Amino acid sequence: MRRVLVFLAVLVMAPGMMLGPAARDGVSAQAPVKVGVLLPLSGNAGAAGQASKAAIEVGAQVVNEAHPEMPALPLAAGAGLPRLGGARIQLVFADHQGNPSIGQSEALRLITQEHVVALQGAYQSSVTFAATTVAERNEIPWMVGDSSSPKITGRGFKWVFRTTPIGPDFAAAYAGFLADVNKMGHPVKTVAIVNENTEYGTSVGGGIHERMTKDGYQVVAQIPYNANGTDVSAEVLQLKEKNPDVVIFVSYTSDSILYMKTFKTLSYQPKMVIGDDSGFSDPSFVQSVGTIAQGAINRSAWSIGRPGSATYRINEMYKAKTGRDLDDTSGRNMQGFLVLADAVNRAGSTAPEAIRKALAETNLAPRQLMMGYKGVRFDATGQNILASTYITQLVGRDYVTIWPASAAQHALDWPFKGSQQ
Amino acid sequence: MATAAQVLAGGLLVGAVYALFSSGLTLIWGMMNVINFAHGDFVMAGMYIAFLAVAWLHAGPLAFSLLAAALLFGFGTAVYYGLIRRVMRGPTLAQLLSTFGLALLVRYTAFWIFSANFVTLPGSVLGGTVKLGPIFIGIPQLVAGVAALALTLGLHALLTRTALGSQILAVAEDRQAAMLMGINPDRMQALAWGMASAAAGIAGALIATFYYISPTVGESLALIAFVVVAFGGFGSVPGAMVAGLLIGLIEATSAFYIGPVYQDVVVYALFVGVLWVRPQGLMGQRA
Repeated sequence: MRRVLVFLAVLVMAPGMMLGPAARDGVSAQAPVKVGVLLPLSGNAGAAGQASKAAIEVGAQVVNEAHPEMPALPLAAGAGLPRLGGARIQLVFADHQGNPSIGQSEALRLITQEHVVALQGAYQSSVTFAATTVAERNEIPWMVGDSSSPKITGRGFKWVFRTTPIGPDFAAAYAGFLADVNKMGHPVKTVAIVNENTEYGTSVGGGIHERMTKDGYQVVAQIPYNANGTDVSAEVLQLKEKNPDVVIFVSYTSDSILYMKTFKTLSYQPKMVIGDDSGFSDPSFVQSVGTIAQGAINRSAWSIGRPGSATYRINEMYKAKTGRDLDDTSGRNMQGFLVLADAVNRAGSTAPEAIRKALAETNLAPRQLMMGYKGVRFDATGQNILASTYITQLVGRDYVTIWPASAAQHALDWPFKGSQQ
Repeated sequence: MATAAQVLAGGLLVGAVYALFSSGLTLIWGMMNVINFAHGDFVMAGMYIAFLAVAWLHAGPLAFSLLAAALLFGFGTAVYYGLIRRVMRGPTLAQLLSTFGLALLVRYTAFWIFSANFVTLPGSVLGGTVKLGPIFIGIPQLVAGVAALALTLGLHALLTRTALGSQILAVAEDRQAAMLMGINPDRMQALAWGMASAAAGIAGALIATFYYISPTVGESLALIAFVVVAFGGFGSVPGAMVAGLLIGLIEATSAFYIGPVYQDVVVYALFVGVLWVRPQGLMGQRA
């Protein structure tokens, strides 16, 4: 009996012993640097949260392992953070289920119990808006990779930084794009905006409404709705009655899927459908309703690029992990993480104030980024002033870049086809 | 006018499906005063069974609905014998929490197997739209709605018009007396769990033809089922049918005429109002 116990003890301990030398190898004598990441890993946005989690994990791989094949990306070539003795980044994920109050309590737990040196998150603007207050109060830097409500950085916070383009940037991109569509001889005059009714939809929808009105378009309807609803026929019937030239959705995944299905059931086909990222960019959207959403317009700052390029290699790493291509939302999160890691390294310390200062001094050029921003430089509110986006269109199973002309891979397919191939 | 007709037709079809997945919940409540919190997740399981049956066996709607019913029937009976029969001996709170735990178990098992991704059945399984004058009706919705009404009526007939139904109701009314009459109450209650779960399974399979499928889809459906059951009267299958149709109609009209964000306010205000006037629900019996 005793011998059996000893044998079992050896069995249990053996893997640890074998790991010993590997872990001591070279640089990792340094304690890892803990970064907390809040995402909706379950709930209605669970799929998008899981996709972003995988993207940030690939980001950590890029930083922690040596990737000499991507020399332009900061921290990619070597392993770990050189200014911190080669320390690696350890990610601590927390699931807020899309719920702002869980977001707050999880942020507090990560700060006080996990002792993370910085936080990132949290997909839904409503959650980011609430949870960043916890970081601000506890003086821990927070990187916003994807949430786009303008209010998040508009509160005079010192500890919140955001790399992604935000509502007004998107509205500007849509306005510029629609102006060019009109020039192409496709008259677009009337607009309807359908937005989910939490922070993301309300703020981005409101921003688009304002910009469209300013640019002389007639906004014939703005329809707010609850993204957890079970039926969207009423919204689609209202659109059918108002008959706008273009319908702009600010929606999450399950609702976007229902809209496309209901369009088909009620035989509704506007000339143009724009989906503001999120739901329309979720890989499950393309998988489940891609065949009936042909020609849908989207925005994206992500482009896979040529074989051999850094973006192409990153996409290969992501594909090896998840079995599918990187999407824009997850890509923006990976970019946010890489900027944060670069700042922690430049800080040369895990002191929150040093990291905050390094973040504020960030100045990255487009070639140092994996996303199509014009660079990363934060203004006094923490917003990246060089953030920008492309306009894409769903052709087959892929979104291809169609605007601006300088980045376009494909000409605009006019009008929206839905399921008619 | 045409739009109004479209709104009403859509509401009725959605309501018929609400009625179907609520009837199972009300049956279990009527039989043994147990609220099955896992009901929405049983519906979700039915949806995934349909999804797998299409992916692996290229099954048609009839085949995968029957398969979902059969598998869920087995699962429901197993849950009765394995879990419910035991916790029925414990305090009421234990009964409540056991089905709640079951709900989480089923949901997170689905997360584990299928991940959080949304999937849908291919449109070729059951698709297309019929046009009745100015009204568009999706064929999947029509099939689901008609099948739901037929099944709910069938369930009601089974309970009220057959010997088996009388035995089930006898156990519900007085377990001791039913035993004296030679009825095996365990078997009847297991049967009720099986039938209720099968109804949830068919409902899931039918809904899957026009809805998205995800591990959390049962959550929002379960909420509606509780409202329907309370509205219609706990334990009343016809009550669930009327309440399901009414809630479908109210949701559709309020969403269209007042605004989608207000539909829940209207539904729940009416719900509370009805319960204030008739605490036993529309067709429930006074306790």
